[in-house]
This record gives sequence, structure tokens and C-alpha cells, in this order.
Amino acid sequence: MLEALIQGILLGGYYAVLAAGLSLMFGVVRFINLAHGDMAVLGAMIALWFVQGVGLSVSLAIAVTLPAMAALGWLMQRLIFERALRGGFLIPILTTIGLGAALQNGMFGLFGSETKSLGAHIGGLSWASWELPGGIFLGQLPVYMFLTAIVVLGTLHLVLTRTAFGRAVRATATDADAAALCGIDARRVHRGAAAIAVALAGLAGIFLALRAQVTPFAGPMLLIFAFEAVVIGGIGSLRGTLLGGIALGVAQALGGLISPQFSILAGHVVFLTVLGWRMSQVAAADRGGWRSAYAALILKHKTAGGKR
Amino acid sequence: MTKTPLLGMASADRRLIWLAASALAVLAILPAFGSALAVDKLTYLFILIMFATMWNLLAGYAGLVSVGQQAFVGLGGYAMVRMVDAGLPPFPAIFIAALCTGVVAWAMSWFVLRMKAGEFAIATWVIAEAIRAMVSFDPIIQGETGTSITALNAYAPEMRRLTIYLLALATTALMVWGSWKLLQGRTGAEAQAIRDDEEAAASVGISTFQVKQRIYILASIGCAVAGTLWLASAITFQPRTGFGVQWSVFMLFMVLVGGIGTFIGPILGALLFFALQEIFGDFGAWYLAGVGIVAILFALYLPRGIVGLWLDKGRDEPLTMRKRLGI
Repeated sequence: MLEALIQGILLGGYYAVLAAGLSLMFGVVRFINLAHGDMAVLGAMIALWFVQGVGLSVSLAIAVTLPAMAALGWLMQRLIFERALRGGFLIPILTTIGLGAALQNGMFGLFGSETKSLGAHIGGLSWASWELPGGIFLGQLPVYMFLTAIVVLGTLHLVLTRTAFGRAVRATATDADAAALCGIDARRVHRGAAAIAVALAGLAGIFLALRAQVTPFAGPMLLIFAFEAVVIGGIGSLRGTLLGGIALGVAQALGGLISPQFSILAGHVVFLTVLGWRMSQVAAADRGGWRSAYAALILKHKTAGGKR
Repeated sequence: MTKTPLLGMASADRRLIWLAASALAVLAILPAFGSALAVDKLTYLFILIMFATMWNLLAGYAGLVSVGQQAFVGLGGYAMVRMVDAGLPPFPAIFIAALCTGVVAWAMSWFVLRMKAGEFAIATWVIAEAIRAMVSFDPIIQGETGTSITALNAYAPEMRRLTIYLLALATTALMVWGSWKLLQGRTGAEAQAIRDDEEAAASVGISTFQVKQRIYILASIGCAVAGTLWLASAITFQPRTGFGVQWSVFMLFMVLVGGIGTFIGPILGALLFFALQEIFGDFGAWYLAGVGIVAILFALYLPRGIVGLWLDKGRDEPLTMRKRLGI
């Protein structure tokens, strides 16, 4: 039980990285990228290719893959997403579903359908573990991945709060027109955000390849996990995304105690419950009453303080 | 206050309807001459048309962009498996299963229809996944392995093929006609008003929730009928296929390529998708990747689909749901 809990928390770091890119795209660019999971798989496939095809070491392959993914994100925003965004709500959904189908089947055509893993290339790290008091084994790889996730998300948080680029991002996210009036080029900000988002997706894909296997068709499931983490944690806040990822990881790990099938279902149930609870809050706020007025006040405060 | 007269149906539309009626008559007697392969392929085409029409009803006319219609395809299939197992004859079971699915859609609608557009798209998908996971727990489904409706093997293959073909043809005709009637009527006008501006629609007294609910349930039953007919022709039920997101992707592709929010667009889209599959289907994954790229190109450069090309020439939309004023 305690072991599952710890594993769930560690898994949460991976989900948070996966979800952070999606949240960034939604919060800043107002763009729902339904191909986000497929981008993660693509990142894993590229890293795998660098390791197995080119013969790079795993760390070097990661160092090469992430900038490549960022460049891809920039290009996607430039060539596809910008145009799709002009078409209202529906066109981005249609475009990225098409993109997802193209990526999945393209990767299937290029790399085949067999499951692939980076686990074989990192030697003993994939099973090495520390023994904690109480007979709990703590895998080293999950711990390193969790720490990496914290560092990455923390850095991103610092970039968003402390740098000129971060200020531009937050300004654009709050009010793109007003930001434009202040001389911020929203398109550049959006391209930057897309580059970060896709690089994060790539990192998450590499995490997945390190700790388990990837297949070309894994993307949609990853997208669902990312969405669940984002919604559980609240859109547009990195801390929320981390907490959401951890909540999802814990739910899955505890569900996994019952049966492997139940693990994913538990995540779905937590997601739907949180979504329903949040909707009922909004509905209650609409109907009035002191409780809802109070809730609305907090909600408003949060919205004003957060990135939305 | 004088009432502005509405123009009647254009003569081109009337010709189109006659064409559709004669096509229906030809298709009804076709099995007498066509090969078994042709009958199977046409059955699949009818199923595609049903999916496209139903998804267009949802997304094109009511603004409900669902990525979770596979929930009803899979549930319909599962309900049919269960009913046949309980001893119901398979062909009536198709329709009873679809109606049961409608009850599930009714229950779900209270939850999902209160969501904003983005949440709705994702939540419907997650619910489909959750239902798939729960269905896989049922021992009769045997997890991912799936099960076969062996009761269908009691019929001679010829007889089974013909029955499914005629059922698919009849339900397709019924669905196309039914959605025509629905959209021409009050519900259709209300749904389009909600799609265009929900607050404005509510402010003129439309019960937005009920209208959306009605369309959501009808479209779900429609998808379930199409899905169970597909299952009946395929015989095998696997959770991964039945609840696969590819159903929604196909629906979306057909509707988008044909022309979303037009009556005839989804049917054209289904025909095009069918033709693409016939011509390029042998390329497997590369064909599906190509379908994805075609979807991107249509979304970016031709968001109103094939019908949009027609409209760009300044012609009237065939079988339009817009009311034409005789001024």
C-alpha cells in the first residue's frame, strides 16, 4: 500500500511533464492539441532511433532529441496551428486529430508495430533500487525521473515568472490584444510556447520509453492521461499540473493494487469526479447563496492571481 | 405586422430528392444481381453514411463536438452480445441494444452536456475509455480477446448477408430522412440557434439543455445502430475495436471533408472516404497517415469541405436547412 503510494507519487512527475505542455498550449495559445500524446511518442521514437540506429548514448540522444522536438513544435505552430487557430474552436480539434492519425500511422509505417524500450540501453539502472526501512524498495530510475520532472517544471516556473519571455507569455495568456498593444509579438510568444510544449511532450515520451515500452499507437492514451492530470490539477498553473499528475499517478497505482485493468479506470474515475465536482461548484455559483458567493470570490481571486 | 413569406424548396433540391429515392430503389433490388463482395462493401458504405449523418447532427447542427461516439458503438455491440447470450434472436437484438444505449446516453447527457466545448470533447472520450474498461471486466467478453456472436452462424451466410444489407439500407434511409425532418422542424432551428450562440438562444426562450439532450440521445442511438450492424456483419466483438477512438476519427473526417453543418456534406464525405479506402486501403498504415494529412489540409484550407467548394461558386447550398426569405 505504502509502496504503491510512493510509486504513484513518483509516476506523477512523469504525468506532470506530459501534462505541462498540454496545459501551456491551452493556457497561453488557447489551443487544444489532440496530437500531444503522439508528439510524446514521436519524441520517444526519435530518441530510440538515435540510440539504436545511430548508436548514440542515451544521454546524448536525449540531448539531441529535445532541441529537435522544440524546433518541431515551433514549426508546427508556424505552419499548422496558427492557421488552425483562426478557424474557431472546431478547426484545431479536427486538425490535430488529423495530425495525430498521420503521426501514429506514419510512425507505424517507419518503425513497425513492435513495442520498443530504452530500458535495455541504460544498463542496471532500469532495475536498480534502494531499500528503505520497512522493506520498501524504491526504484532508482523512477526517483531520478521524478527529480528531473521537478527540476524541469521548476525551471519552467522560474522562466515564466522571472524572465522577459515569461512576462510576455503571461501577458499574452491574460489578454493577447492588450499585450500586443504593449509591443509584445503574440505570434512569437505562441511559437515559443509551442516549442516548449512539444519539447516537454518529447521528454515525457522519453520517460515512458525509459520506464516501460512505447508503441506507435500509444499516443491517444497518453493524451488522455495528460488531460486528466491537467483537469485534476486545474488549467494554467504548473503547481496544479504537478499536483494533478501526482493525484493521477497515485490513483492509478492504488487502482493497480486491485488489477492492472483497474489502474487506468481508477484514473478515469478520479478525473470524471473532479470534473463533475468542479462543474457543480460553477453551477452552485451561478445559482447564488452565500456559500457560492464565497466560492465565487475565491474562484475570482484565483483567476486574477493565476495565469488565466 | 406582416409575416415574411418563406420560399419553398428549390427545384434542384426536389430533383436531388427524386435522385435519392431512385437510388434507394435501385439499392434495394441490387442484391439480386450484385456479388456477395459488392453487398458487403455497400453495407459498410451505409454504415459509414449513418455515422457521418449522426456526427453531423451533433457537431454540425448542435455544436456538440464529441470525440466519444465510440462509447455508443461499443456499448451497442456489448448490449447485443449480452442480449444474444440471454437468448434473444440477433436481428431484433440489434435495435433493442441500440435503444438500451440510448438510455445510457440519456444518463450521460446530464453530466456531459453541462460542460464547455473543450471539456465535452475530452470527457466524452474519457467516458468511452472508462466504459471500455468496465465492459472488459465482464467475463463473457474475455478481456481484450473479445467474443463472437455465434448465434449469427445459425443463419446461412447468404441469408445473413442479405438481411444485414437490407437492414443497413433501411436504417440509413430512415436516419437520413429522420434527420431531415428533425432539422426542418423546430428542434433543428433551435439546435442551430444554440450552435451559433447559446446565450442568445436561451434569451429568446429556447430550452437549450433539452434541445441538446434530444439531439445527443438521438445521435447516440444512431451511432449504436450503425455500430451493432457493423458488429453483426463482423460477428466478432472486441472492446479495443468497438470502443476504439478511430470511429470518432472516421466520423469527424467524413463530416469535415464533406462539409460540416450541411445536410448533404456528410453523405458526400462518406462516399469519398469509402472510395479512398477502396483505392488506397491496401497501403495500410500509410493510407491512414494519408487520411490524417488530408484531414489537416481540409481543416486548414477548405474548412467548409466539398460543399464549401460548391458554395464558393456562389451557388445555393443543396438541401439547405437555412430558411429562405421570399423578399
